[in-house]
Amino acid sequence: MSISLQGTIGRGEFERALNFSVADGEVLAITGPNGSGKSTIIHTIAGLISLRSGQLQSDNITWDEPSTRIWVAPENRTCAVVFQDLRLFPHMNVIANVSYGLRAHGVAKDEAMTRSSVALTRVGLSSFEKRRPNDLSGGERQRVALARALVVEPRVLLLDEPLSAVDASSRAAIRDLLPEVLSSFAGATILVTHDLGDVEAMATRSLGL
Amino acid sequence: MSTPEQREIIIRRGRADTIFRGVIASGAMLSLVVLALIAGFLLFRGLEVFKDFGFSFLTGTQWDAGSGDASAPAHFGIAAMLIGSIVTAVIALIVAVPFAIAVSLFLEYYAPQFIRKPLTAILDLVAAIPSVIYGIWGYAILMPKAAGWAKSLNSWFDWIWIFKVPAPIFDRSPFIAGLLLALMVLPITTSVAREVYSQAPRDQIDAAYGLGGTKWGGIRTVVMPFGRSGLVGGAMLGLGRALGETIAVYLVLNLVFKVNFQILASAGGNVASLIATRFGEATPYELKALMAAGLVLFLVTLAVNAAATYIVSRSRTSA
Repeated sequence: MSISLQGTIGRGEFERALNFSVADGEVLAITGPNGSGKSTIIHTIAGLISLRSGQLQSDNITWDEPSTRIWVAPENRTCAVVFQDLRLFPHMNVIANVSYGLRAHGVAKDEAMTRSSVALTRVGLSSFEKRRPNDLSGGERQRVALARALVVEPRVLLLDEPLSAVDASSRAAIRDLLPEVLSSFAGATILVTHDLGDVEAMATRSLGL
Repeated sequence: MSTPEQREIIIRRGRADTIFRGVIASGAMLSLVVLALIAGFLLFRGLEVFKDFGFSFLTGTQWDAGSGDASAPAHFGIAAMLIGSIVTAVIALIVAVPFAIAVSLFLEYYAPQFIRKPLTAILDLVAAIPSVIYGIWGYAILMPKAAGWAKSLNSWFDWIWIFKVPAPIFDRSPFIAGLLLALMVLPITTSVAREVYSQAPRDQIDAAYGLGGTKWGGIRTVVMPFGRSGLVGGAMLGLGRALGETIAVYLVLNLVFKVNFQILASAGGNVASLIATRFGEATPYELKALMAAGLVLFLVTLAVNAAATYIVSRSRTSA
């Protein structure tokens, strides 16, 4: 699945014109200073905010086009987001957090739990299922967020500063983990970062804002 | 280099500042003083009855002022009225809370802006309607309709004990009083629920969307667990009002001094309506018993409201 965005995002002085597309298997890194609209791109593709103008398409299906009032609701977009501040649900344990997306897509509870366990094992957290997010380190929380996004098998993976919420030691571990995970991910990935090291480690190409 | 000596910092308040602080502190203290005076007055006037009847004042179901001499002594017990208060209040909450949840979620997450403001204003207005108006409306409009609903409930569910009736009379029952109270507690419960739901973290709702969750999914996963304790607090504030309601209940409920859990039966009562009914023609001793009943109601309502305030404030702190 490919994703293409041609249009403007943001408002007023933050308005920005964009034109890019990402194909399956590609990891597009979007870099730029704070306030340049990197996270806004992620939120726009996920459907949390709408395009100012232009068109957002996925495999030639329009997700957002203000001029024709086409707008696909977030739950109908085949994407998953790892947010900069992770946004794990604090009242749910790790396995419930990871299985949330599957349950939201109507997967039966037993199957959701099994698939979530597999996803947690994949990110090295097989024994953390019953823990609450507040009992985890920054690096562990980051892995949970990654597992939570990957388990729904999205066609588009949106990573918003995936290494910003972790300490230096966890950062190195996750920087090792992410390329391995992304190499086996079949869909398109958009990685927002301000760290050129992340771009080198993970991206197949980059776009500067 | 030597350490400089510590010096005392003295803040001198201006006269206007001192007066202002005094005025607002007195205002704040005044409510506590009034509360203590009310409790003290009720205790002072009702103490003799508490001494005479002891714990049986709370457990007894008989209310008889007697003839004033030893041949027919007075008997005062408020168990039937106390339980009646609780039964009607619980019915009110069972009906009102689901509506309050639905209305508050609609206003906060679904209603367009042009509907939200007028609906909120109307809800606030509903809270300001005097009890007697509710009572008259309940008596004239609600009761005839609700008696029909009660009859249907009885015919479908009379295998459940609480829906049985000793005689086929369906008006002036705890069920009807509970429905009327539900309308009366709906605004306060909705208002608290709406405030708590509005504080739910938007970023976590977005996180639910970002994983494929629907709007309802986000509300169920994030908003409702977040607002749970606040909602309980709001319901308890409603319970406080329902327990203390007087005139509206008096107009739609038969005052019968018998513990009654059969909610469709035409018998019940609550402490507040007992006081309102008997106050005018009470003997001096019965008046003391009414004061004692008032103190019990006062303490129960105070406890419920204190618990509600604590729960709501705890939910705000965790927000």
